Amino acid sequence: MASIPMEQGLLLAGVLFVIGLTGVLVRRNIIFVLLSLEVMLNASGLAFIVAGYRWGQPDGQVLFLFVLTMAAAEVSVGLALVLQLHRVFKTLDVDVASRMRG
Amino acid sequence: MNAVYYISSVVAVVATVAAVTGLNAVHSLLYLIVSFLAVALIFFTLGAPVIAALEVIIYAGAIIVLFIFVVMILNLGDVAVEQEKRWTVGKMWVGPALLALVLMAELVYVLFQQTVHHLPGAGPIQPQDLGATLFGPYMLGVELASMVLLAGLVGAYHLGRRRQPDETAQESQEPVDAGARRQ
Repeated sequence: MASIPMEQGLLLAGVLFVIGLTGVLVRRNIIFVLLSLEVMLNASGLAFIVAGYRWGQPDGQVLFLFVLTMAAAEVSVGLALVLQLHRVFKTLDVDVASRMRG
Repeated sequence: MNAVYYISSVVAVVATVAAVTGLNAVHSLLYLIVSFLAVALIFFTLGAPVIAALEVIIYAGAIIVLFIFVVMILNLGDVAVEQEKRWTVGKMWVGPALLALVLMAELVYVLFQQTVHHLPGAGPIQPQDLGATLFGPYMLGVELASMVLLAGLVGAYHLGRRRQPDETAQESQEPVDAGARRQ
């Protein structure tokens, strides 16, 4: 069977995901928050690929394509929000924008 | 091929940690490119060559270029030039260059194999299988993905445009309001 055990592939995906999650929770610069989100999405895609490799089905790769599409759409909207944040508040600190108003 | 997988994993984890903990946005993006390239090599060894190519083109290409555009837009003027001189010192190239060299060595090793063999799992998935599945059972998903991309396009245009002058006049006091409310 597989010479790379599935646990090791999933472990790598988990490690990358936790690194990204830590970045989202710890960093306050919004560019780094978005960057960490990309790392998390990439890690979840890696888990799909590992599962597809284990069972030899193309479904995992199809789902990675959907994750890729979603990441591209998310990052374009997120970076437009970064531009607006910088234009209105003159800073990239996410805590400044923690209060919304209607 | 096992060694290729494990070395790429180590490179990916090291580059990702360096990207997330970095203080400088451009340096972090450089490390993030290395991380995506390492993950692409992992995809190749796991029998997904199409996905590996897409990872390089879309993640390491398009998405990182978007980030770099925004970082460039946000840093205009003389301050940015001064900053750029401080950022592009020779020392900061060493880390990403070393990690990328490791990946390069692995790539050359894979290229000079007599036959391209992926890790012996359930077998590599051929691109035609991927296409048949994508446009067969997952057809609805493809349609929805196009809708998501359209929504992303419209949303990015709407959020990213500059406000009209009469709008900016009434919005110019927002930072003051926000600052006062925080205190």
